[in-house]
Amino acid sequence: MDMPSPTAVPPPAAMPKDSFLRHFRYVVASNPVTAVAFALFLVIVGAAVFGPLLVPYDPLATNAARALQPPSWDHWFGTDQLGRDVFSRVVVATRLDLTISVAAVALSFVFGSMIGSLAGYYGGWTDRVVGRCLDTIMAFPLFVLAMGIVAAAGNTIENVIYATAIINLPFYARMARAEVNVRRHAGFVQAAKLSGNGDLRVLAVHIFPNALPPMMVQISLNMGWAILNAAGLSFIGLGVRPPTPEWGIMVAEGANFIVSGEWWLALFPGAALMLAVFTFNLLGDGLRDLVDPARRT
Amino acid sequence: MARRAKAVLVGRRLLQAVPALIGIVIVTFLLTRALPGDPAVYFAGPAADEASIAEIRRELGLDRSLPVQFVAYLGDLASGNLGTSISTGQPVLTEIVTRLPASLELTLTALILSMAVAVPLGILAATRPDSWIDHACRFVVTAGVSLPTFFTGLALVYVFYYLLGWAPPPMGRLDILTLPPPHITGFYVVDALLARDLSAAGSALAHLALPAITLGLFTLAPIARMTRAAMLQVLGSDFIRTARAAGLSRRQVLFGYAFRNALLPVVTTLGMVFSFALGANVLVEKVFAWPGIGSYAVEALVVSDYAAVQGFVLAMALLFVALNLIIDLAYTLIDPRMGLAD
Repeated sequence: MDMPSPTAVPPPAAMPKDSFLRHFRYVVASNPVTAVAFALFLVIVGAAVFGPLLVPYDPLATNAARALQPPSWDHWFGTDQLGRDVFSRVVVATRLDLTISVAAVALSFVFGSMIGSLAGYYGGWTDRVVGRCLDTIMAFPLFVLAMGIVAAAGNTIENVIYATAIINLPFYARMARAEVNVRRHAGFVQAAKLSGNGDLRVLAVHIFPNALPPMMVQISLNMGWAILNAAGLSFIGLGVRPPTPEWGIMVAEGANFIVSGEWWLALFPGAALMLAVFTFNLLGDGLRDLVDPARRT
Repeated sequence: MARRAKAVLVGRRLLQAVPALIGIVIVTFLLTRALPGDPAVYFAGPAADEASIAEIRRELGLDRSLPVQFVAYLGDLASGNLGTSISTGQPVLTEIVTRLPASLELTLTALILSMAVAVPLGILAATRPDSWIDHACRFVVTAGVSLPTFFTGLALVYVFYYLLGWAPPPMGRLDILTLPPPHITGFYVVDALLARDLSAAGSALAHLALPAITLGLFTLAPIARMTRAAMLQVLGSDFIRTARAAGLSRRQVLFGYAFRNALLPVVTTLGMVFSFALGANVLVEKVFAWPGIGSYAVEALVVSDYAAVQGFVLAMALLFVALNLIIDLAYTLIDPRMGLAD
């Protein structure tokens, strides 16, 4: 069992640079969808960074005279019940939605890989305790656990980030544990130990970098889910408060107008949310093809 | 002999649920007591002054040590006392018990619906790789996991209620004028049919359709993806080649050998699917004003009704463990390989 499996060991990062680039071009060329996903990703990041500078209207400015207008040349996505421009609000919301999910995923990546690596390296009771704790998190329906955490810790955006990080933690920890565990007796690890490196140093500098490529794929696949969770939490009134533009809460506000036919209030923020999640999922699949061709589906 | 082995397996699986239950109880306890923020302030409500908060703190036993509080909490749980909801004044347990059937009806219908579509889709996609149905399956799988449930629900409401007028308004489980059927199972469709009240059954079914489809669309993707992957793997294995070489019919190979063996990975992912479904259930209930425990929790969240939210989290976690247990047990009993290994 401790023998590293031959398919898992050579990380693509160890390939010569131009060979990696060639592989990248090959993957993108064979699956144009991945190229589209990269382009969409750039658009979303652009909206998050430059959005507030580019939008035609102030996302918070109300205008009672122009309330609930359908999409037109002046207001591409129409206006909401207070006459605010839906397009501006959707674009500006990108930054907040991405910040929440990036922060949450970063937290669960850092802590998940630390906990998982320690469990995978030391084994024994460390492994059992960590495994038990992760099992306990997974024993809850994850979104419900996030609701409970935000309700208990207080209804703020920070707590939405922490809650999303906690429910994502087991995925990273389990992956890091598995990746570290198969390598802990590998030849290069024993060589590193014999040359006098301490356990933690071997773990951090020699073993963990090998786990990075699959973890990167996991991050991308997980980002979409994190965005969905954060938007779901604000849809039910947790974290973000009106009038802050955020996709989940905009859909929630628009929901009241669906039954009377004002579809644009909920459609555009919902579509933006969907597009963002879709992009990260496609990107994750593309990255997986790049990093781990054997697991291509 | 074989029956004895199965009994041992079932017992072992039941025992495996115990640590999960202990973990759930500890976490719900910690969520109530140990996190930042003073529970006494929550329980006292927004209008309380210092003296009444101190009073409530003593009443709840919050001035005692954590282990003592934990024992008291276990006692409360054992006697079914989940506290009282501050917004309705009702005991949380009664509210959850009366609302649970609505949530179960929705979730189970959605799961049955999505399995009925996803499993055949996955099998078809796996048996005809790179055909149009395979591409359709792949598209459904990627698009399905990207759809926010609450958004799908609203889109369906717009199309089928506002534009087409086929669906009833997204408000609750029955028309306002229809009386709920006599309580037998708590599932309105079943109860109304048992009471031979066809109009109530029709109304309940019409109200159930859109929420169940919304939730079903969400769970479709992971099930289809897993069925396809598992079938592909099994179809490539040696025993399938042998079965084909022996001249068995296509049907027999596919369903008698391949599908039964592909079931295990599918069943294992069902646990994750339940987790997603129970979470998405909350969002769907809010969109359709479905009077289940999810919308109860959402209403409670808005007014910081703490006991109600904790009761809800506990109930959902127990439901999740129970669903997983039922699936696993069913599988243990069905699979001929189980019980032979040791």
